[in-house]
Amino acid sequence: MDKDINIKVKVWRQNGPKDKGHFETYPLQNISQGSSFLEMLDILNEQLINEGKEPVVFDHDCREGICGMCSLYINGHPHGPDQGITTCQLHMRRFDDGDTITVEPWRSAGFPIIKDLMVDRSAFDKIIQAGGYVSVNTGGVPDANAIPIPRDDAEMAMDAAACIGCGACVAACKNGSAMLFVSAKVSQLALLPQGRVERKQRAKAMLGKMDELGFGNCTNTGACEVECPKNISITNIARLNREFLKAKFAD
Amino acid sequence: MSWLIKSSIGRKFVQSISGLFLILFLLFHVSMNLVLLFSYETYDFLANDILGANWWAIVGTGVIAAGFVIHIIWGIILTIQNRRARGKERYASASKTQTTWSSQNMLVLGLFLLFFLIAHFMQFWYQMQFKELFMIEGARHDSAELVAEVFSNIWVVIFYVLAFVALWFHLTHGFWSALHSAGLNNGVWMKRIKVLGNVVATVICLGFAIVAIAVHLGYSNLLG
Repeated sequence: MDKDINIKVKVWRQNGPKDKGHFETYPLQNISQGSSFLEMLDILNEQLINEGKEPVVFDHDCREGICGMCSLYINGHPHGPDQGITTCQLHMRRFDDGDTITVEPWRSAGFPIIKDLMVDRSAFDKIIQAGGYVSVNTGGVPDANAIPIPRDDAEMAMDAAACIGCGACVAACKNGSAMLFVSAKVSQLALLPQGRVERKQRAKAMLGKMDELGFGNCTNTGACEVECPKNISITNIARLNREFLKAKFAD
Repeated sequence: MSWLIKSSIGRKFVQSISGLFLILFLLFHVSMNLVLLFSYETYDFLANDILGANWWAIVGTGVIAAGFVIHIIWGIILTIQNRRARGKERYASASKTQTTWSSQNMLVLGLFLLFFLIAHFMQFWYQMQFKELFMIEGARHDSAELVAEVFSNIWVVIFYVLAFVALWFHLTHGFWSALHSAGLNNGVWMKRIKVLGNVVATVICLGFAIVAIAVHLGYSNLLG
């Protein structure tokens, strides 16, 4: 049964990218366990505004687990203690009366902090811009079923395409590596005939951009796969390695 | 070929291939050690006449040494870059993500193995090939006797067994990770490769440990 709980929230406060940053602990009374984690933060912000303090800045948008905007490193886990969900799908019933919940931003050299819990994830957009697309000559539109695709390939491509680019993989990785994200984006195209044409150039361009933006080297700890809200498999990373090495050996 | 240093996958590829090469070397090394269980004479023949200070053994030693040096240097470079990529601030709520212990501690395990390697070289390689090569007095040709002498000390045996356990942890992550980094993995082969890695690590670890313990207890040279 859901009940109302009294909790403390230990939140990272940082005024701007250059600011030092520190933790502040706020007590919250009578939080329904039926409310979502972000609703709890909304209540906290209401409380802060009423006290004349500045509200906590955090990213969120769709609040149904598809947009990839929400982040937050909660009690040692990106997207909190639940598996296979985003922060916005996390509910307060995962916490107990008297808990102190530690909320931190993603921490990685590739994701500089903008303010409080909000980080700059535009590095992911830059990686996509480097090659995460298919160049289409929009002449006559081909019939959708004109290109046969094996079922397993279609399924694997779809599983890879489930990546919402939230950055939890980078946040979870002790190496600050973005390999799970990049590998998912390379895989969803490399597995399909339409994407195969540009596969070599894509793998090199996207990986080159990832390295350039200061993400780390993957050491296959598998932390990303555990914390990924969309359960993207690290076998995609093996595929990216394969794609990249093939492209380099072909040069 | 600059991509082997400049790109992250290139760096990992170097680490992967050098690691796999060192695993092959370890398999050779453990096979040779097992001879000690049966015949000291055969072991001495292998150590002196087949290897010794022959040109092929020297070239082989050079290649293996290069493998070690590359693996260690790349490992350190990767770790430094990765720590930098993590950013300046650390998490206050330390990571609770479930991962294998060895995958998080490859550098620490590697450094302990490097420390072991230096001690191991001073005890054996320096006494045999190095001294012979540089005409230093007292080069040992009774290799099996030297092994028996060194392993007569229980503390040496304990130190060696500890190193073999560290090696087991290093290899249980290293083997499958090396194949993964080389792109040789998928959903079907993931479990097989991990099992194979555990088998290889266990064979190597047990093989070395059995010889060290058996020599200490006198259960060696059984056919000699």
